[in-house]
Amino acid sequence: MSNHIKVASQDITGTNVFDLTVPELMEMAKKLRCHIITMIATAGSGHPGGSLSAVDIITALYFKIMHHDPHNPRWKDRDRFILSKGHAAPALYAVLAESGYFPVEELTTLRKLDSRLQGHTDRNLTPGVEMSAGSLGQGLSFGIGIALAAKLDHHDYQTYVLLSDGECEEGQTWEAALSAAHFKLDNLTAVIDRNQLQLSGWTRNIMNIEPVNEKWQAFGWHTIEIDGHNFDQILTAFEEAKTTKGRPTVIIAHTIKGKGVSFMENNVEFHGKAPTLEEAKRALKELE
Amino acid sequence: MTVEASTREAYGRTLIELGKQNKDIIVLDADLSLSTMTYLFAQEFPERFFDCGLEEQNMIGIAAGLAASGKTVFASSFAVFASCRCFDQLRMCISQPKLNVKIVATHGGITVGEDGTSHHAIEDLSLYCSLPSFTVIVPADAIETTEAVKAAAATYGPFYIRLSRPKTPLIYRKGHHFTVGKSITMKQGKDVAIIAMGIMVAKALQAAKVLANQGIGCRVINMHTLNPLDEEAIIKAASETKAIVVAEEHLAHGGLGSRVAQIVAREKPVPMSFVNLKDRYSLSGKSGELLQRAGLTAEGIEEAVKQVIQKNKLSFCEMPS
Repeated sequence: MSNHIKVASQDITGTNVFDLTVPELMEMAKKLRCHIITMIATAGSGHPGGSLSAVDIITALYFKIMHHDPHNPRWKDRDRFILSKGHAAPALYAVLAESGYFPVEELTTLRKLDSRLQGHTDRNLTPGVEMSAGSLGQGLSFGIGIALAAKLDHHDYQTYVLLSDGECEEGQTWEAALSAAHFKLDNLTAVIDRNQLQLSGWTRNIMNIEPVNEKWQAFGWHTIEIDGHNFDQILTAFEEAKTTKGRPTVIIAHTIKGKGVSFMENNVEFHGKAPTLEEAKRALKELE
Repeated sequence: MTVEASTREAYGRTLIELGKQNKDIIVLDADLSLSTMTYLFAQEFPERFFDCGLEEQNMIGIAAGLAASGKTVFASSFAVFASCRCFDQLRMCISQPKLNVKIVATHGGITVGEDGTSHHAIEDLSLYCSLPSFTVIVPADAIETTEAVKAAAATYGPFYIRLSRPKTPLIYRKGHHFTVGKSITMKQGKDVAIIAMGIMVAKALQAAKVLANQGIGCRVINMHTLNPLDEEAIIKAASETKAIVVAEEHLAHGGLGSRVAQIVAREKPVPMSFVNLKDRYSLSGKSGELLQRAGLTAEGIEEAVKQVIQKNKLSFCEMPS
């Protein structure tokens, strides 16, 4: 756990400080998956399924796409990442730790009393966390505020918001979808972690959100559909989003809940349940 | 003759002044800018004004995002929509992270009048006072509104300021000294303290005048800030007078009355009486008619003062010698 990459502030040049290759990103994502399992198993509670489905997207952002400085979390020119699906906090914490925002050793304090790593994200406690989240459907609005500020101040930073597919059931998500297009926020990119499952079952059975792509198009967004576990596709989609002008982009990332651990994949039980220590051992063995 | 002025117009004009001084002031509205008077700012600084349409929840999230990017954000709507409609957003996006957002809501209370129950914000103070980070202010007139809005802009953190639809009597002059969290004793008195906010301050002063002629001395306190509460002034009132009457344009629970009673019960129990909307919704009607019906009048306060004095005498009689 201690061999995370060290970065110096002066490395900031307008490109991502890590600039990992696709094989390196894959290796990193595997390591982060191990952190997620270990953290949640140690905490004894948490949301492994949605953390594992989202982790490749977050890895691509922090280790290849975004301009950010782990030694200066509130650097004003940084690209912003908003985790709207706050229950995937372990995935974000693992990425932040591995990129140097805080020690990797701290990860196992997740959800413990007085830890900086709260069950759901807290922007005032954790270095690198932009938004306090946990009540769903609010991240896109927050991202719009940040993207508007960038336009007002003539900053060219990008704002990325990661939503769950379940969040597309929240009314506020569609208020935000309307207004981001209305304000022509081409510096804003939403990513939907389309893992098809929510707490009680398949989204198509709980509350069908299809046709997702057509809905966002109708709301005035540029849409891209990708395999959310394929780094080539993830990176290409983010590049396309960056060069799309005049409107916001949404990347619908088809993912697998629990991705990487066979007995968690597409298993709704692991939406909000921690693996037992024995299950965690099996999971880590699979990931090695 | 009573001079009246609009608190919401005072807000709109103050925004222009603030906008000139600070380019980081951003104003949001939810399709009500003609009524909340934020259009005055919009005319002057169109690039720093965003109409969020009928999306109050989204507006609060946008306000939070702008504040997280270093802006001082004013967001306005009617009090009923700026509280009940977006409470979770206020809680998670503004109160918990303590962001620099000022919610200035007009059309508070029942003086909204003819629009009826759906538009009467009479739960808003209870909701906002339950959010620990929010400073909650109800100015007593247009001049105090200007001072409160300026203070909000100058103080980091979440604010809620509740204003009225109709013009209200002016009780202050220009140059009025206003400090957040510090109540103003408008009149000294030894018998009963009347603690009031917003439109009830002028009525409390009227009541105190009538009662003085009857030999009852009332202290009148303008408790413009509900959170943080001026506990010192309340304890002083409870110690130096014999009873307390609280007057507010709000439901019985969770507003000024509840908050004052908590301090009185803890520090210096004295008999209390409450002039408020009790547990009842109001109706459509002219604002004056609705206030009359609910007893939110100078006469209503006089009656409460007399009742609490009576109760005081009884409680003394019942005390074992």
